[in-house]
Amino acid sequence: MSVRQRVMGLNGDEAVAWAVKQCDVDFVSAYPITPQTIIVEKFSEFVANGEVETEFVPVESEHSALSACIGAAALGARAFTATAANGLALMWEIVYIASSLRLPIVMAVVNRALSGPINIHCDHSDSMGCRDASWIQIYTENAQEAYDTVIQAFRIGEHPDVQLPVMVTLDGFLISHTLQNVKILPDEVVKDFVGVRKPVEVEIPGRGRIPLILDPENPLTFGPLDLYDYYFEHKVQQHEAIEKARPVIKQINEEYYKISGRKYGDGFVETYGLEDAETAIIVLGSTAGTVRYVAKELRRKGYKVGMLRLRTFRPFPYRELVEALRHVKAVGVMDRSGAYGAYGGPVYIETKAAFYDEDEKPKILNYIYGLGGRDTPPTMIRKVYEELLEVSRTGKIEKKMKFLGVR
Amino acid sequence: MSELKGWREIPIAGVTWKSSMETKTGDWKTFKPVIDQNKCIKCLICWISCPDMAIQWNGEKVVENYDYCKGCGICANVCPVKAIKMVKEE
Repeated sequence: MSVRQRVMGLNGDEAVAWAVKQCDVDFVSAYPITPQTIIVEKFSEFVANGEVETEFVPVESEHSALSACIGAAALGARAFTATAANGLALMWEIVYIASSLRLPIVMAVVNRALSGPINIHCDHSDSMGCRDASWIQIYTENAQEAYDTVIQAFRIGEHPDVQLPVMVTLDGFLISHTLQNVKILPDEVVKDFVGVRKPVEVEIPGRGRIPLILDPENPLTFGPLDLYDYYFEHKVQQHEAIEKARPVIKQINEEYYKISGRKYGDGFVETYGLEDAETAIIVLGSTAGTVRYVAKELRRKGYKVGMLRLRTFRPFPYRELVEALRHVKAVGVMDRSGAYGAYGGPVYIETKAAFYDEDEKPKILNYIYGLGGRDTPPTMIRKVYEELLEVSRTGKIEKKMKFLGVR
Repeated sequence: MSELKGWREIPIAGVTWKSSMETKTGDWKTFKPVIDQNKCIKCLICWISCPDMAIQWNGEKVVENYDYCKGCGICANVCPVKAIKMVKEE
C-alpha cells in the first residue's frame, strides 16, 4: 500500500532538490549552470534554513564539483551533484574517474545542447556524449519521474553488486522549468527507503575484509597508477558491475512502486499500444509525452501505432527492446543528439545492433530531432507515424536518417 | 613478479592491495651513490635530502638502499665533506 502523499507545484529542478533533501544526503557540491541552477539554488535554501544536515560546498567549477563529490563519497558519504551541457563537458575527466573508483554518486544532468554554437535549450548531446563512461543513465519524462528517479538512484548506485555512479537526466526547460503537480512522499518514508549508505568491503591479502572507504584505521590508496598489468581487469569489473545493475534497476522500480504507487514500466522501457502495433516510435525524455499523445489519437482513428519510451539507456535494455518490438513492421528511433559521421544517432545504433541477430525484426528508421531546443509539436510526430505506416505497407525505406523540423 | 591475478581475484575500484614496500623502484638508475665511510661525518644531510628512501641510517652508519634509488645525485651534491661519489651502474 502506498502512503498519503503531498501534492506540490514544482518544476523539475525543484522536484530534484526535494528528492535530494529527503534522501539524507551527506554532501552536495555544485556549480550553477542553466538550466540546472534551480536544483542547487533550491537545495542551498534547504541548507541555509537548517532543513538538512548536508555539507554543502560551493566550488569554482564543475570539474571541482565532481572532484569534491569523489572525495566525500570515498569517505563513505552519500554525495550528489548536478550539472548541464558545458558543465558536464568540463567535468569530463572526473566523470570517468568517479565510475572507476566505484563511487555511487548521484548526478542530475539537466539536458542542454552542448556549445557551439552556444545554446541553453534542450537536447541530449551532453549526456549522450558520456554514454560509455560506465555510469548508469536514466532519462526521465516529467518532474514527477525526476523526483522518483533521484530517490531510486541512490538505492541503485549503492547496491553492493553495483557500486557505480548514476546519472538522472531531465530535459532542460521542458522539464526543469515547467511547473507540474508533483506527489511528494513523507520524509520518513523516503528516509526508510534509501536507508544509510553502507560501504562495501574488499578483500585485501593479509588484512582480511575491510571497508572500501578512506579510513585511517584501515588505510587504502584510491586512484594509484594502474598500467597494462591491471587496468584492463579493473575495466572488466566495471563492465560486470553495470551488467549486474540490470536486475537491481528492475527490483528498485518495483520496491518504489510499493511505497509510492508509481512505477515506470519495468524500470527500463515503458510501452504503449505495442500489443497489436504495426509501427512504433522509440523515444526518450519529455518528447515521450507528445509521442504518446499522438499515438493515442491515431489509435482512436484506427491506426495500429504504438510507442516505447526508453527510460534506462545505460545499461542498454537490448533484450527488453527486442521482446517489445520484434513483431512490429516499422520502428522510428528518435535521437535528440547529433551523430556526425556515424551510422545514426546513439539510440538508433543501439536499437539496430540489438536486432541484428534476430530473425524477426522491423524496418528501423532514424529521426534526429529537437537539437538546441527546436520544438517538436504533435504535427511533427504525426508525420513520422505517417511515414512509418507507409514503410510498414511497402517495406521500402527511402532514407535511413532524417532531420525532423529542419528547414 | 608473482603470477598476475584475474579480474575476479582483485579488489574493485583500483585500490591497492599490496604494500608499496614490495615494489622495488630503483632499477632504472644510471648512476648510483657510493658512500666513503672513512670520509662520512654522519651529519645525515644526505638522509634528510633524499627524496626517496635510498639513503638510510642503520643506527651506526649511513647506508645506501639501491632498491629505491633512482640515481638523482642529490645526496652527493649536498654532502659537505664530499663523501658520496656517483658511480656509473654496470
